[in-house]
Amino acid sequence: MSITTDEDVTAESVPPPTKRQRRAASIADAASGGLRTILIKMVLIGIVDAIALYAIFILALQQDWIVLGVVAVVTAIVNWIYFSRRKLPAKYLTPGVIFLVLFQVFVVVYTGYIAFTNYGTGHNGSKEQAVSSLMAASLERVPDSPTYGVTVVDQLGTLGLLVTDPDGEVSVGTNEQPLQEVQGAELENGKAVAVDGWTSLSFQDVIARTDEITELAVPFSDDPNDGAIRTPDGSNGYLYTSTLEYDEAAGTMTDLTSGTVYTDQGTGAFVAEDGEELRPGWQITVGFDNFVRAVTDSRLAGPLIYVTLWTFAFALISVASTFFLGLFLALVFNDMRMRGRRFYRIAMILPYAIPSFLSALVWAGMMNESFGFINQVLLGGASVPWLTDPTVAKISVLIVNLWLGFPYMFLVCTGALQSIPEDVNEAATVDGASPWQTFRLIKLPLLLVSVAPLLIASFAFNFNNFNVIYMLTNGGPRDTDAPIPVGFTDILISMVYKVAFTGQNRDYGLAAAYSVIIFIVVATISIIAFRRTKSLEEIN
Amino acid sequence: MRVNTKSLLAAGAVAVVATLGLASCAGGNSEGDNGAAGEGGTLTVWVDAERVDALKGAAEAYTEETGVEVKLVGKDNATIKDDFIQQVPTGKGPDITMGAHDWLGELSTNGVVAPLELGDSAGDYLDVAINASTYEGTVYMLPYAVENIAVLRNADLVPEAATSFDDMIAKGKAAGLDQPFVVEQGAEGNPYHLYPFQTAYGAPVFGTNDEGYDPTDLQLGNEGGVEFAKWLGSQGKTGTGVFNTDIDGDIAKQSFLDGKAAFWLTGPWNVGAAVDGGVNVAIDPVPSPTGDVASPFAGVKGFFISSESKNKVAANDFLVNYIGTEDVQLDLFKAGNILPALSAAAESASSDPIIEGFAAVGADAVPMPAIPAMGSVWQYWGIAEAAIINGEDPTATWNKLATDVQAAIDAG
Repeated sequence: MSITTDEDVTAESVPPPTKRQRRAASIADAASGGLRTILIKMVLIGIVDAIALYAIFILALQQDWIVLGVVAVVTAIVNWIYFSRRKLPAKYLTPGVIFLVLFQVFVVVYTGYIAFTNYGTGHNGSKEQAVSSLMAASLERVPDSPTYGVTVVDQLGTLGLLVTDPDGEVSVGTNEQPLQEVQGAELENGKAVAVDGWTSLSFQDVIARTDEITELAVPFSDDPNDGAIRTPDGSNGYLYTSTLEYDEAAGTMTDLTSGTVYTDQGTGAFVAEDGEELRPGWQITVGFDNFVRAVTDSRLAGPLIYVTLWTFAFALISVASTFFLGLFLALVFNDMRMRGRRFYRIAMILPYAIPSFLSALVWAGMMNESFGFINQVLLGGASVPWLTDPTVAKISVLIVNLWLGFPYMFLVCTGALQSIPEDVNEAATVDGASPWQTFRLIKLPLLLVSVAPLLIASFAFNFNNFNVIYMLTNGGPRDTDAPIPVGFTDILISMVYKVAFTGQNRDYGLAAAYSVIIFIVVATISIIAFRRTKSLEEIN
Repeated sequence: MRVNTKSLLAAGAVAVVATLGLASCAGGNSEGDNGAAGEGGTLTVWVDAERVDALKGAAEAYTEETGVEVKLVGKDNATIKDDFIQQVPTGKGPDITMGAHDWLGELSTNGVVAPLELGDSAGDYLDVAINASTYEGTVYMLPYAVENIAVLRNADLVPEAATSFDDMIAKGKAAGLDQPFVVEQGAEGNPYHLYPFQTAYGAPVFGTNDEGYDPTDLQLGNEGGVEFAKWLGSQGKTGTGVFNTDIDGDIAKQSFLDGKAAFWLTGPWNVGAAVDGGVNVAIDPVPSPTGDVASPFAGVKGFFISSESKNKVAANDFLVNYIGTEDVQLDLFKAGNILPALSAAAESASSDPIIEGFAAVGADAVPMPAIPAMGSVWQYWGIAEAAIINGEDPTATWNKLATDVQAAIDAG
């Protein structure tokens, strides 16, 4: 048959709908709930749009234009997709894509970005913030200077301070105009509250003009070294001198007491010639510095090697031990001759049902050397150093992780075993294969096809299994020879945590760089392993 | 297809709502920003969730008097500091946050905290509170409570206070106890709780100058420190066994509650549990192993003003002229049961014998150093002490500790 004939046939058997038929179809359409669907659609999209509008309103108030733009564009796209008659694939994909971007892509990209900055303690904000913070901190109240009663006053938009000194003398001044004595001020409880030519500000006005008042520093005299009067709360004034001077044109900070000049040398802080830094500094991009430091820092280099080796050992042994125990139990409980299988299976799942960080804490208590349940009750008072001896602690970590991990493998293997058809087994038995041969040559390869990817995922998970290490041993026992606070059971991720987040010095940049490196390692291993598992599939 | 579209729509709506919800959350925190436009402005205050009620009265009274609305936000104590450091530079943090004085080094290094002028009221506070609130010569915190450890004694087992460390152990043994004295340690040691004994040997962590602790003058490794290490070793695993790194906070608490231990070196936060457990508790000074006074660390709690606050004037006024009054300090005391920082309030609170006991010990307490160099000390300190308790050579371990700390300070 030729194509033409085919078309002829189709055209003959299904003629295009007539006008009447189309109308009937649309009526049927509406009767079967089309209108309701549209209404629901309208309501849902309406809710989305209302929230978007609210968000846009708030973001506009905050002048957060980038986020506002993103919200507006996303809302527009969502509206277009769901009101369109086509775009069926997009209707399926949009929610997932939004979540993906929000919770995965953004986090990954942001971590990558942080790895190239010096973000951390002392490099937390922008340069302007650092300068204003340094200037504020450099203000020192003149020793033994009295408290002055002050009233904030206004003259044609220029703010001034009406200052009453402890002797009762009243003077007034502004940022430009040093204090000058005035007569005839109106007094209240010994404090001048108003004077001719100036409008006194009420407390509400003071609060409304906080920014100007924070900047208000009335020179005490013509000599700048005498300091200036500032008021932190609008009613009391104190005499301050500043120890730092910022030269905006030159971009330098000068310490007025010692004469040291601190310059911005592109390191994210003002640095003196002798290398002394002023804190706080600010956040800058530092290129590959963090990555270089991560692998070359002499304090980290030694521990890094054995921590890496232990991380691989921990992940591999954990995967192997949990898999084989899970598989063994799955085989046993899959045997028809076993009675009460259902009960045992439920019991097996229990460790899986308890949150892992909780059970790790419980295990830590049970493994306490002098008071723990294992030593005191099970071993009759033996003091096995479960968590305090380097080697035993490693074994303890593996045991606890085995306890936590085997139920998962048990579940997976049970599922995979039950999907292998029983006749394969029977055929092997008929051919005279022993049970061990059946398992090794037939069941295991079939099982691995479906389980191998999960084993790789499990490896990646255990490689970064922070919970177990942190809750059980916190990396301990500590390696007292190492120059950083690292312990014998620390894996890479917990070491990174300690280096970057413990103590008072946080280094988010370094931590992000380590995370990126760990990600690359895990990704590489996973890719190689997944390639290998393809050969397994050829068994089928 | 229609049915599917509907559920898809629902999912899509949820996703978009989540996106927008996040965006509006980001906006929700900063109402203080545009407060100046309102009647009297708004102060956003982050408060430890347990103390929100205690501050409510003061906040309302302040609003009534000045028209400034005070918005109290209850926060989890464990995350306040990190949230504050991260949010202030973005302009989204609060105007005021509650905190502890040992955050000061970190807050000031990050430039997120503004100086505070107490003016003449500075003299109204306990000395230790003012010292702790001062960093590099500048006051940054309005103190409201002072906290230090002391010895809790089971007065039914041992009716009289011990005069010295040895006397304490002897009294406990006479009462028929195997482990008369317990103190929280753990595998990584707990230098905070051992510090009184260390000071009794004359080995503070840092020397002091007129601006407070001097990070260039590490005193940890002095002769007294080595003497302390030797004593610690003699009371450890290979000696009398008084100190044991297997005793953590829970185990120490349990043995005191069960009457297995008569003396427990701990802080006011555990008194409630002991009293509720039916123990007849008395508060004693820390018995000294030498003749000298055993001074514990004092932790001072207070309020900080954000360096990016748009309402600094109101914030200063609220803290200095309101939180600094006796009534508010007493309200906060009732919520936390720790000694108020304002002298007058501290006096009224000391009518309670337990508070009086802690206050008496606190008179000898020294503020915990807030300088960033302290971070380098904590890293090694507990580990070294734990090693000595577990039988390592005290002199060598202590000297290595001093060298490691010095090296870390020089590197940092």
